[in-house]
Amino acid sequence: MTGPKNLESRTKHIRATWASRCNKILYMSSVETEFPTVGLNVTEGRDQLYWKTIRAFQYIYQHHRNDYDWVLKADDDTFVVIENLHYTLSKQDPEKPVYFGRRFRPFVHQGYMSGGAGYVLSKEAVRRFIEGFDMAKCTHFSIIEDMALGKCMETMGVEPGDSRDVKGRQTFHPYPPDKYLIKKPPRKRPWFLLYDYYKPREGPECCSDHTVSFHYIYNVQMYMLEYLTYNLRPYGYQYRYNPDSAETESESNTTTPVSA
Amino acid sequence: MLSEGSSFMKGIALGGTFCLLLSLLGSFTPGMQSSPEDHHHHHHHIKAPTKDELQSLSDSQMVELSQRVRVYCVIMVQPSVLVYWSTAKDTWGKHCDNAVFYSSESAKALEAVDLNEQDEWAKLRKALKHAYDNAGDLRWFFVARSTTFAIIENLKYLVLAKDPNEPFYIGHAMKSGELEYVEYQSGIVLSYEALKRLVNVFKDEDKCPERGRALWKLSEEKQLAICLKYTGVFAENGEDIQGKRLFNSKSVGSLIQDSMDKKNLDVVEGCCSDLAITFSGMSPNQMQVMMFGVYRLRPYGHNFHDSLIFLPPEGSDND
Repeated sequence: MTGPKNLESRTKHIRATWASRCNKILYMSSVETEFPTVGLNVTEGRDQLYWKTIRAFQYIYQHHRNDYDWVLKADDDTFVVIENLHYTLSKQDPEKPVYFGRRFRPFVHQGYMSGGAGYVLSKEAVRRFIEGFDMAKCTHFSIIEDMALGKCMETMGVEPGDSRDVKGRQTFHPYPPDKYLIKKPPRKRPWFLLYDYYKPREGPECCSDHTVSFHYIYNVQMYMLEYLTYNLRPYGYQYRYNPDSAETESESNTTTPVSA
Repeated sequence: MLSEGSSFMKGIALGGTFCLLLSLLGSFTPGMQSSPEDHHHHHHHIKAPTKDELQSLSDSQMVELSQRVRVYCVIMVQPSVLVYWSTAKDTWGKHCDNAVFYSSESAKALEAVDLNEQDEWAKLRKALKHAYDNAGDLRWFFVARSTTFAIIENLKYLVLAKDPNEPFYIGHAMKSGELEYVEYQSGIVLSYEALKRLVNVFKDEDKCPERGRALWKLSEEKQLAICLKYTGVFAENGEDIQGKRLFNSKSVGSLIQDSMDKKNLDVVEGCCSDLAITFSGMSPNQMQVMMFGVYRLRPYGHNFHDSLIFLPPEGSDND
C-alpha cells in the first residue's frame, strides 16, 4: 500500500529489493502511474487507509481472482522475506478461510493482525472479505484499518492463524529488529508488547530465524536488511535452527491467550 | 571457546594432509611466493581459497581443517565505555577460540588484562606480547578495538589455507608514503610467525622503540607496520573473490548509504562483500542486531554447500 508522495522515498526501495520475489506485486495508490501503481478510487491520508485497503482487495478480486492462493498486504515501510512467507504458508490450505500476521489481542474477540507487520489472506479469506462488503455484513465502521479488517474477518468466519515458528518465535514484526532483540533487564511489559496475543518475548527469542517481516523500515535499513538476509553470512556456519528437523514444542504452539 | 581433541596419529595424518593442501594451493596462488625485496611496490592481495581448491579435499579432511584454524582475539577496551566490552563479550567475541580483553587500566566489573598504560603504541605492544605468551596452541591472532564487529568464521575462511608458521599481516591495507600498513580500525590479522618476529623485534630499541616515535606523531598502526617491516613482514590486503573489502572501517548502514549515494543500480551488490569480516562504528545495540542478522536471519531454502564446518558456540542464545 503506497501513495504518490512515497514512491521515490520508500516504494522505490521495495521495488529494488523484495518486491521481485513475490509471484506478483501490485502497488496500490490513489493515482495510476508508470511506477507502475494502481489508481484506486480513494484519496490519500491516514483516515482513508481502510477505504484504500477495501478498494485494493476489491480490485484484486475483480482483476486477479484466479491468479493467487494467498494475498499479502504490506505497507511501503515493511520489509518482507518472501521465501519465509512461502515456508509459513506451505503447510496451510488456501481454500480454507484463514489469515496470518502478527496477532493482536484487543478490540476483536478472536484478535486481529497488525497492519504494519503485514498480513496474508487465503484465497477463501479474500472471497469472504469481498462478500462481507457486498452483503453489508462488513462496513467501514472505523478508520483503523487492521482492527476493522480483523473485525470483518471475525464476522465472516475467517480464522486468525498462528504464524509463530516451531520454537514459538514470532515471524511478523510491527517494528524494526532492534525494538525486540536488545536484551533488557526484566521489567513490566512495555507498551508496544501489550497488544500481543501470544506471550511476547524480548531478546533473541523474540524473532524467528525465518522471520517474514519487519516494519518502520526506510531506505538505508531496507537495503541493510536485504544485505543481512540474502548476502552477508558466516561461511560454514551450522545454524542452530532447523525447522524441518526440530521437534515441535507443544507449549509454544497453543492458541490460549495470555491473561493480563 | 571451541574444544579440540585429536590423537597423536590423527595429528600426523592431518599434518600430512595439510602439507598436501599447501602444495596443491601453491599452484593456485602464484603471486604469494615472492621474496621480501619484491614486496616494496605492490599490495599483496590475500583471497580466500576458491570452491575448486577446497573440493580437492575429502569431507573428513575439511572437518579436520575447519577445526585446525583457531583464533586468539586481542580485543582492546576503553574502561570509560564498559558497554562495548560487555557487548563484544556477549556477541562476536564468543566466536573466537579465545577472546582476551585488554584495557589501559583496571575498572570495576571489567574483566580484562590491565596493561597499566595510556600510550596507544605501548598498549598495543604489551597486549601483543601478552597474547604471544598466552597463545597456547592458537596460531592466528585477530587484533581489534571493542568498537569493531567481527565475523570470525569468515576470518577463518580467509586464512584457511595459509600456514601460520609463515609470516602473515593482513587487513585493510593502506599506504602512507612508502609505508604500507594495515588499518587498525578495521581489524588486524597476524599469523603466529608474524607475531613471533614482532615480539622479537620489540627488544630492539633502535628498530622498534616502545616510546619516542610519538615525537613523529606516528600512529600505532604505522608503528606496527614499521616494526614488522624490519622483520620482513609486509601488509597484505584482505579481499573477496570480486576484490571487495573484507575489513571495513565503517558500519553496514554507512556503507549502504555510500552505495546509495553512488547511485549504484544494485545498492547491496555495490556495497559490501557477502563474506565480510569486520565492520566498525556500530553501536552496542546495532551489534546485537548484527548477531541476529548474521547468524540467524535467512531465507528458507537458501542453502550453501560450504566446504567447512563451524559449530555454534556453547551456551550462547543470540547466534
